[in-house]
Amino acid sequence: MVDRFPVEAGHIMLFARAVGDINPIYYSDEAAKQTEPGGMIAPPTFVQSSAQFEPDYGLRPKIGERWFGSGKAASGSNAEPPAQVAPRSAGGGSGLHAEQHYEYHRHLKPGDVLHSVNKPGKTWEAEGRRAGKLKFSESITEYYDQNDNLVITARSVGVQTERPVAQG
Amino acid sequence: MALKASQLKLGDQHEAVVVRELSRTQIVQYAGASGDYNPLHTDEVFTTQVGGYPSIFAHGMLSMGLTGTMLTNYVGDGRLTKYGVRFVSQVFPGDTLTAKAEVEALRSEGGQHFVDLKLSTVNQDGKEVVTGSASARIDP
Repeated sequence: MVDRFPVEAGHIMLFARAVGDINPIYYSDEAAKQTEPGGMIAPPTFVQSSAQFEPDYGLRPKIGERWFGSGKAASGSNAEPPAQVAPRSAGGGSGLHAEQHYEYHRHLKPGDVLHSVNKPGKTWEAEGRRAGKLKFSESITEYYDQNDNLVITARSVGVQTERPVAQG
Repeated sequence: MALKASQLKLGDQHEAVVVRELSRTQIVQYAGASGDYNPLHTDEVFTTQVGGYPSIFAHGMLSMGLTGTMLTNYVGDGRLTKYGVRFVSQVFPGDTLTAKAEVEALRSEGGQHFVDLKLSTVNQDGKEVVTGSASARIDP
């Protein structure tokens, strides 16, 4: 859940670069004026970067706290990975993203200030050929703008695998 | 440059190469922009020695973002109404991805025309990494 996610032009530019999108609508106010929306908008998966504004997001190092990624040692910090999102031991399974769905009620633009509400979805289990037992869980996130209008509905499916996904 | 219902037919296809030889640095860029710093995507030491994977791999959301560039270039700015994917296989550094959209349905609701698209993104070996669907507003 995010209380305040300010949508900023610089962040949109960095995000567009990261997904290799050269569309000028993500880089320049001037260029964006010539487009149908008439101003800058955000790429369709930009809202995922709301993670930046989640105070307790488990996959971002916290200032002054130990991190579970490598330092001098492979899992350098002695910190335990968050149970749902990262491996707990060598050869163990991990949390992976299985599906992501967005419904756009309108497109985001710089100046929007979003907040989100999370709703639990279904959970189910399956037997996978490449990663053992799979535990799926769904969550729905509704993003509202500064006027409390619903702008994006997101549905995410995560999967906890029994072991790392076999390749090939 | 929006799509026009009068000029589209079922089965029409559009495809684009959305990344050539994905670099580790681009994955780092995505981690920085999205805020997902899971070491499985950027930390080779952790991923191979603790995670049990042969190499770091891209965020699923990076494959969705890359596929999205093909999609928005095809349907036009601000036209998407729905976009969803399943992450079918992992994407690794060095992969070249081609994203494809195929017209699955043309419909109109309350005078507004829409196209429904089937999506598929494959790597350099033709292996599917993302499947999905999208809908967009189109002109008459």
